[in-house]
Amino acid sequence: MLIRPKGGILDPQGKAVERALPALGFKGIDNVRVGRMVELDVEDADQLPELCEKLLANPLIEDYEIEEPPPG
Amino acid sequence: MRFGVLQFPGSCDERDALSACERIGEARLVWHEETDLAGFDAIVVPGGFSYGDYLRAGAIARFSPSMGAVREFAEAGGAVLGICNGFQVLCEAGMLPGALLPNEGLRFVCRQVNVLVENADTAFTRGAGEGDRLSIPVKHTSGRYFAPPAQLDELESSGRVAFRYAPGDNPNGSDRGIAGVANAAGNVVGLMPHPEHAVDPLTGSADGLRLFESAATLAVA
Repeated sequence: MLIRPKGGILDPQGKAVERALPALGFKGIDNVRVGRMVELDVEDADQLPELCEKLLANPLIEDYEIEEPPPG
Repeated sequence: MRFGVLQFPGSCDERDALSACERIGEARLVWHEETDLAGFDAIVVPGGFSYGDYLRAGAIARFSPSMGAVREFAEAGGAVLGICNGFQVLCEAGMLPGALLPNEGLRFVCRQVNVLVENADTAFTRGAGEGDRLSIPVKHTSGRYFAPPAQLDELESSGRVAFRYAPGDNPNGSDRGIAGVANAAGNVVGLMPHPEHAVDPLTGSADGLRLFESAATLAVA
């Protein structure tokens, strides 16, 4: 699950990372946003949206995506 | 007047909250596994780092056994005060509107602020007057109040903004300087500043006592 701050919501963590980049010589990087990733094993993936809505993300302030890695 | 002060693993302000409540009436700590809140007039959800603040501040505490009881207690009209982490827990639980985001400046902020009482008709502001200025400390990293603009308008017009930082005193970038909000009935109130740390002139201010006194006014009435 990828969880990120909703668009339009100030992300101070992303801003702090962005401000550090020029000092390291990186140029032309904008709109850094920092979210988080949750990995898990699950038997029935149908329950994941509810899991995201109820616990892993706060739908008021965060968006989420569910990705299934290819087997193997 | 009997207060219950919740204690989660990771709470750290429950002792000060207990001590503040004991200045007004009887009080005892309520361990997070307790589910019987009979006999209490008010419940305080204190500050700290419940469940390590993992995932998001308050996100896991809302599922503790005691929180189901707190919800029922509030639905029955009981007075519930969430302070700092307790405010975050009540928002995550959907008992109060909005969310608390990381401070605009990303830093932990610990200082005395002036807070204005915006609505003097909630369970915890009834003993104060509208516009009263309370000197109370804040200490938090995630205290930036957020709600979508339409919801903010609704909160403002329905008097559910209970506390606002005085102009120039907004420590975290909260939307519209909002420091605390109430539910529609006014019996559930949450705020980021710590009234329980401002109950004795020895530590700079006793203004925080007004909130606990307000709850007692309600119980007697």
